[in-house]
Amino acid sequence: MIEFILNDKKVVTNKPTGSLLVDLIRYDQHLKGTKIGCREGDCGACTVLIGSLVDGAMQYINVTSCLTPIANIAGKHIVTIEGLNMVNLSPVQQEMVNESGTQCGFCTPGFVVSLSNYCLSENEPTQAKSIAAIDGNICRCTGYKPIERTAHNITDLLLNKDHNNSIKWLIDNQFIPTYFKDIPQLISNLSPFDKVTKAHKLVGGGTDLYVQQPEVFEEIDIRPINQNANLRFIRFDETTCILGGSTTVADLAQSTKLQKYIPNLLAYIKLVSSTPIRNSSTIAGNFVNASPIGDFTAFFLALNAQITLQEDRESRAIFLKDFYKGYKDLDKTASEIITEITFELPTVSTHFNLEKVSKRIHLDIASVNTAIQIRVKNKVIEHIHLSAGGIGPIPTYLHNTAQYLQGKKLAPTHIKEANAIMQAEISPISDVRGTEDYKRLLLRQLFYAHFIKLFPSQITLTLLV
Amino acid sequence: MKNIDSKGHVTGTSIYIDDIPTIEGTGYGVVFDSPCAHGKIISVNYSKAKALPGVIHIITHKDIPGENQIGGILPDEELFASQEVHFQGQPIALIIAESEQIAFKARKLIEIEIDKKTVITDPREAQQKGQLIFPPRTFSLGNTKDSWKDCSHIFEGKVDINGQEHLYIETQGAYAQPLENGNIKVSSSTQGPTAVQRAAAKVLNIGMHTIEVDVVRLGGGFGGKEDQATPWAIMAALGTQILRIPIKVILHRMDDMRMTGKRHPYSADYKIGLNKDLKIVGYEVTFFQNAGAAADLSPAVMERTLFHATNSYFIPNVEATAYSCKTNLPPNTAFRGFGAPQGMFVIESAIAYAANELAIEKQQIQKVNLLKDGDEFPYGQIAEGVGLSPAWETLVSKFNLKATQKEIASFNKTNDAVKKGYALMPITFGISFTKTPMNQARALVHIYSDGSVGISTGAVEMGQGVNTKMLQIAANIFSVSANRIKLESTNTTRVANTSPTAASATADLNGKALEKACNALAKRLKTTAASYFKVDVGTIQFKDEQVLVNGNTSDVSWNQLVDMAFLERVCLTENGHYATPIINFNKDKEKGHPFAYHVFGLALTEVTVDCIRGTYEFDAVKIVHDFGKSMNPTVDRGQIEGGLVQGMGWMTLEEIKYTKEGRLLSNSLSTYKVPDVYSAPKQILIEPLETEGTDMAILKSKAVGEPPLMYGIGAYFAIENAIKAFNPAYKSTFNAPFTHEKVLMALYN
Ligand SMILES: Cc1cc2nc3c(=O)[nH]c(=O)nc-3n(C[C@H](O)[C@H](O)[C@H](O)COP(=O)(O)OP(=O)(O)OC[C@H]3O[C@@H](n4cnc5c(N)ncnc54)[C@H](O)[C@@H]3O)c2cc1C
Ligand code: FES
Ligand code: FES
Repeated sequence: MIEFILNDKKVVTNKPTGSLLVDLIRYDQHLKGTKIGCREGDCGACTVLIGSLVDGAMQYINVTSCLTPIANIAGKHIVTIEGLNMVNLSPVQQEMVNESGTQCGFCTPGFVVSLSNYCLSENEPTQAKSIAAIDGNICRCTGYKPIERTAHNITDLLLNKDHNNSIKWLIDNQFIPTYFKDIPQLISNLSPFDKVTKAHKLVGGGTDLYVQQPEVFEEIDIRPINQNANLRFIRFDETTCILGGSTTVADLAQSTKLQKYIPNLLAYIKLVSSTPIRNSSTIAGNFVNASPIGDFTAFFLALNAQITLQEDRESRAIFLKDFYKGYKDLDKTASEIITEITFELPTVSTHFNLEKVSKRIHLDIASVNTAIQIRVKNKVIEHIHLSAGGIGPIPTYLHNTAQYLQGKKLAPTHIKEANAIMQAEISPISDVRGTEDYKRLLLRQLFYAHFIKLFPSQITLTLLV
Repeated sequence: MKNIDSKGHVTGTSIYIDDIPTIEGTGYGVVFDSPCAHGKIISVNYSKAKALPGVIHIITHKDIPGENQIGGILPDEELFASQEVHFQGQPIALIIAESEQIAFKARKLIEIEIDKKTVITDPREAQQKGQLIFPPRTFSLGNTKDSWKDCSHIFEGKVDINGQEHLYIETQGAYAQPLENGNIKVSSSTQGPTAVQRAAAKVLNIGMHTIEVDVVRLGGGFGGKEDQATPWAIMAALGTQILRIPIKVILHRMDDMRMTGKRHPYSADYKIGLNKDLKIVGYEVTFFQNAGAAADLSPAVMERTLFHATNSYFIPNVEATAYSCKTNLPPNTAFRGFGAPQGMFVIESAIAYAANELAIEKQQIQKVNLLKDGDEFPYGQIAEGVGLSPAWETLVSKFNLKATQKEIASFNKTNDAVKKGYALMPITFGISFTKTPMNQARALVHIYSDGSVGISTGAVEMGQGVNTKMLQIAANIFSVSANRIKLESTNTTRVANTSPTAASATADLNGKALEKACNALAKRLKTTAASYFKVDVGTIQFKDEQVLVNGNTSDVSWNQLVDMAFLERVCLTENGHYATPIINFNKDKEKGHPFAYHVFGLALTEVTVDCIRGTYEFDAVKIVHDFGKSMNPTVDRGQIEGGLVQGMGWMTLEEIKYTKEGRLLSNSLSTYKVPDVYSAPKQILIEPLETEGTDMAILKSKAVGEPPLMYGIGAYFAIENAIKAFNPAYKSTFNAPFTHEKVLMALYN
């Protein structure tokens, strides 16, 4: 049994916990404002808010309800477009009207919900963030310009927001209905999520599982790892960082401490999926899904991360690079779960970079990705980890290429030679994301890009090609 | 005026097909389709699927009481494949179950055996094998053969253009319900309610009068629901006819992408000749249209390719031939621009190639060949009110073209890994259905006794704001406030025999019909007022819901006048009918005056290419556009921005991929990418071109739905321009879209 608050009322359901939130909203609760455009997280028409009670206050995120199993919303506040409607239009809605941000209207509730989430966010409003807020919403009619204008106008309106009393300010200024103030109380009265047995399928954000096999999981009870608060942490020991097994991509983005060690962290994260998907999806899920183009897999391979796998009370740690044995073949039993992800924190002299190119720069799966961690001292490569995706059946740690470069002088000739070795180490195939020739050339370019970006005074494009 | 649907949209209260409250006992339909692209059906075994609890019925071609035929232009497409399948995704049966989930499960239980036949996906191969949908057509002007001797430069080349998925965010769908006496009502997400009604009547073997088709609005259409909304609506109606229960058919996205046709891919050969002044003297072009497995709208689309083969240029000697090639892909169909974008892309490629070879800027050729008043189009119409040179001058001055060129050149000098490029793209687009009989429309107006107004037209609202424009027309004539006027759904029982909402002409046609109806009603009311005031009719006016006599406000309000008229038994309902005058086209001669008027414009596209990664970002698109006298600048601007970005998507990241076996690889939103907020150009500037408009357009406000899409073509040539700054050895291949992949390969080939 699952209890949650839907807009301003409590809902109790006996549906299978693997069933999808969008169906519950539209077909059980008859709230038809939430639309369906794809059922695979790619259009944002089904966007809703999930609010969690954290230290007595509500924190909201936007998610795609078409990939959200209801197990993940037990004890939460779900807000649909209906739950944002008031007697008058909210400023988000009004600006959308003023700027003609809606034509056919089918995408519009999703945009309104995402922009309302932007208003609810505790981050300082900026124009860039207002656009990032709608990075998971597709509109086929407007060409986005009027929606951008809407987002900008809203940012202006939020400049006066009282960040200490966000919800109250938003209610007072009629951004959200007054019932929002009662939500913490309602949430705290909900019964917690039922214990589930381990026989049930483990689900993280569901952003892979529900794209691949919705029909299977829709009908069964699942084991939601996100409901396990003990696994949701980012811990720093002296020289290492440990992520809990249910850490989401958004959690990673919010760690200001990690940003100190990986300065471009947010730029890398922005290349992966979209805000609503990042809000749901877990890092461990990316590893276990074992897609050859998993971005965080490439990322953590280059950090030479270790994962801790646990089954009953037994646990073991292995390097991520040893986790992949073949296409979707893992060094993992069916019931082992990843409880921790551990990696050495980059030091001041260690550089890190992630490169990714896909058909569309944002919200797209990579054609090829690659990550590097490199330490150079006295112009000599002292230490290097290199990974790539999209160039073979598994996310690949490029042993030979890294080995070649280890101890070499940082020089264009060596980088070019390393490329030759790398080309022998990979085996891309032609598919919908590109031809083999393209993937080879692209990996070369992205490999070069690491050096051009990290060592601009020594390595330039002209020196390499 | 803002789009009148805005409030419903932003509150999520607007109703699309799947939002209609479910009627008790509804059956859910899921289509079972062909797993292979061409073959003979040996057997289909439905027994396991039928045995699944919750499955109500499975409809196949055997259940069809009328004709198993849905071809609109040519009768060459079955509703359900009977003997053979011609494309992967071709419907074979409709599974009806108590829930969609059950129907999907049942689908997996159907066993089919097909004797596979050769699959053709390439239009040139089809043409060589004589696989044509209908005979080729040729438009010609002057004599190209004789013209070559007058040319100093002659170039020949090949062009390939991929298709485009409509990607309306609302997928195809329909909901049918039984009415009494065997009648059926179908709510359909269609641009062509009459097309649905007519085809359904034929399949169900009943009169059109027994089928009511109702359309409230579409969650996007773009041409994809002009003809291809029909099969699902018929299937729902057929299910209702057989089972006498309501049937809902909503396609899942991947089913939609697999089963429906797209913008036509084209291949083309051209030969272009220029004299020493860069005037284009001769142009020969052969188009190979990839029609897919059935005609659908391909003949009409192909015709428009020919109409727009010379885009915005006057060329004295033209020979343009087109083949509609039959392949084993889903039948390709209408898509914003309707064949014109492909025609324009080819001439632009020919010009770009000539410019490359002559080592000059493309726009030097473009500029000296721009069409002028009095020039003849290859189809015989004489150009009038041509706004191209004015648009060119406006763009040069308003957007400081020279400065842009300079900035780009100096940027490219100082950056080795990032290059900028630009392109100019003029457009000339003819407005009217090229099939003359389709240029007619009707509007039905009721004035209720309380003074409020109900309007029905044949126009379908799909985001383009046509209902808003209709409301404006009535509000203007009656001078009443907008909240007194309601736009009714588009319904075949209120307005019959409609043309689809397409060809950018809907606001013109329906607006003119509405204007007539409203004027007739206004005249009657004015007569009533005149006799009440005992004055001449000519002295009566309406202003702000008040009756004016000789320009002075009287004590009679709009309400009172309506009430008065009603009591005097004046008819407060009117039906307006409009048929576009002048237009004609003689298909035997391929000459005539097919268009009511043309829309003109020019776009400047600026791009930055990352030469390490092969990615790009559009810095700006600056447009000078001929609106005529826009009746709604807000709505029209929205059409430009939206059309442009859609066109740019087609030219850049939207890539349809089929395997050689005819299986769609780009079959979902994760593999087919349309522009997101970051792909849109950073800046879109629109400068209206001051023109007089034309009386052929509603309130002199020119049609705006399709033309802006073709500004998107500039994106391709801007990218190419940037690539050349990096790789001077680059030889253009003219193969759209310019994906990141093609850009990288071009940078380093
Ligand atoms: C629209 C969209 C865009 C996307 N874009 C990208 C992208 O740009 N780059 C990218 O890399 N991916 C992308 N993805 C894929 C996906 O979001 C990621 O792979 C994500 O990290 C998966 O995490 P999850 O928690 O949602 O996984 P789930 O779907 O919940 O689970 C995936 C698998 O991992 C298992 N699992 C989850 N957690 C654990 C654990 N702790 N221990 C053991 N097993 C576990 C599950 O049982 C399941 O087998 C995208 C997905 C969508 C829908
Ligand atoms: S329906 Fe498209 S993201 Fe959910
Ligand atoms: S308004 Fe139609 S998809 Fe956005």
